[in-house]
Amino acid sequence: MSGTRTLAITPGRVTALKGLAMLLVAILALILPLIAPDPATTGMAVFTVMYIGLASAWNIMGGYTGYISLGHAAFFGFGAYSFGLMINHLNMAPGYLPFVLVPVAGLLTAALAVGIGWVALRTRAATFVIVTIAFMFMLQLLGENLVKLTGGGAGLALPYSHDWGGDFFNIPYYYAMLALAVLTIGVSWWIRRSKFGLGLLAIRDDEDKALAVGVPTRSFKLTAFVISAVLVGMIGAVYAYYVTYLYPQFAFDPLIGISMVLMAFLGGLGTVSGPVIGALLLEPAQMEFAYRFGASRLYLVFYAAVFLIVILLLPRGIVPSVADLVHSWRRRRQAGPTAGGSRNAPVSAGEEPPATAQQRLASP
Amino acid sequence: MSLLEVKDLSKRFGGVVAVDSCSLSVPAGSITGLIGPNGSGKTTIFNLVTGFIAPDGGEVHFKTRSIAGLGPDRIYALGIGRTFQLARIFPRLTALENMLVPVRRAGLRALLSQGQWGHEKERAMEMLAFMDISQVAGTLGGALSYGQRKLLELAAVMMAGPELVLLDEPAGGVNPALLERIAERIRQLNQQGTTFLLVEHNMGFVMNLCHEVVVVHQGRAIAKGNPREVRENPAVLDAYLGT
Repeated sequence: MSGTRTLAITPGRVTALKGLAMLLVAILALILPLIAPDPATTGMAVFTVMYIGLASAWNIMGGYTGYISLGHAAFFGFGAYSFGLMINHLNMAPGYLPFVLVPVAGLLTAALAVGIGWVALRTRAATFVIVTIAFMFMLQLLGENLVKLTGGGAGLALPYSHDWGGDFFNIPYYYAMLALAVLTIGVSWWIRRSKFGLGLLAIRDDEDKALAVGVPTRSFKLTAFVISAVLVGMIGAVYAYYVTYLYPQFAFDPLIGISMVLMAFLGGLGTVSGPVIGALLLEPAQMEFAYRFGASRLYLVFYAAVFLIVILLLPRGIVPSVADLVHSWRRRRQAGPTAGGSRNAPVSAGEEPPATAQQRLASP
Repeated sequence: MSLLEVKDLSKRFGGVVAVDSCSLSVPAGSITGLIGPNGSGKTTIFNLVTGFIAPDGGEVHFKTRSIAGLGPDRIYALGIGRTFQLARIFPRLTALENMLVPVRRAGLRALLSQGQWGHEKERAMEMLAFMDISQVAGTLGGALSYGQRKLLELAAVMMAGPELVLLDEPAGGVNPALLERIAERIRQLNQQGTTFLLVEHNMGFVMNLCHEVVVVHQGRAIAKGNPREVRENPAVLDAYLGT
């Protein structure tokens, strides 16, 4: 163990570094509207924080259990429309009060998610992916055709506050989105550390084996699915209030569903910080593209390119790849010049030595 | 008294009768071996008892209650654990995490609380040490050797303290030194009160370890008794040598 003391990466220091980085990001997020109050920046911030929440919420189902839902836009749109219909039918005055409807929209989304999950979770793998997409399009069709309820293709208008003019307009929505993103990350972190979360990861690795050691897989999967959907639904509700006008093809937009998946993939599936990093990288880039090339949807080409690069070079995403690099670097430093014999832990008769960092890298 | 009682159990897959009104019992406190030629229905019997497939007919009693038709997680919760052929573990979880996955009698509250973790981790480390694999506690399951996986799978199944453990080929594909260690651990766990039912092709292993042996042939139990009786039974010789 002859690593240079000043440079050694100890687990304690990694944790401290992580904590420091999180604190900095949190402070930056809180004071962002003070540093950059122009609407162009705050507008971009609203959508970036929205996607941090969406990708993190999706990850609770898709990342932890490995059940890839490409139809989470169903819950986004449903939360948006429930919020819009409630605020309109309750004749609520715009302002801060309508934000209390956000959790109500979340509860309604929960009811929908129990129904969809009940059916969709009877399937596994590719079938599950297709069933979730089908449900999303079903809801989009309902949004278009239940004209008396939703306004159909003509859209649904929501009231907005005339007091929040100019530079201030984005600010309340920014903090609402930020609150939901923090809530989502908190829930995700807590699940990751709980026995429930361990059960979800076990389902991802080998569902039948998980059953054999007593994990009630059906109820675990459904619980994760509903938690994930509720968070997405609440974010959809704030989105509705922000954009003030809902159209079925934009609220139930398959691209929203795919974006959150791509962000989680890029950052690292099944990690807490991965979806956050993925959203922080992709959403501003995507908005920049949309801004520069107009509404040509050229950014879709960019998205496809990112997806290909991720699958080819970083199949496990940024966070796990960086973690592996740190691991192997630490091991090499620890091993030092006497790497030969001292590294192996005592091995019992006829057994291979325990895995090294290199083998960890190679494992899926 | 028998801990597990299987009566007239039947299962067919299409035209193939895998298990044909098979009856057998596992005495409490025993190590019982289930032997038979390839394709005789041993693993299907395991899958039926542990709820992975539903029987077409017959009864399975564990202690005093009927468990036929229950799901695998419910059956594990009642106290029957199992291992798989070729050792199945969770490859992307560490060995220690593998140990912490098993859930027994955990209501929602037990799952939501973090309080039990300290205690459970302690027990998991003890069990890993008992299997002589505590040095790989932090290693991902996918990076373990086959022998280590076998030991880890057995260790993890024991975490919830099952009364009966079904082992599917515990000696399959392991070297003689490890084989002896696995046999020794099974014997020790048995002395501490766990009952075992194991499927195995290694006759030396079965004859040394088991108190009682059941022979299955074409989905039926054709003989049972202590190892010596079974070895000398002409019906068993027929089944194995084929006449």
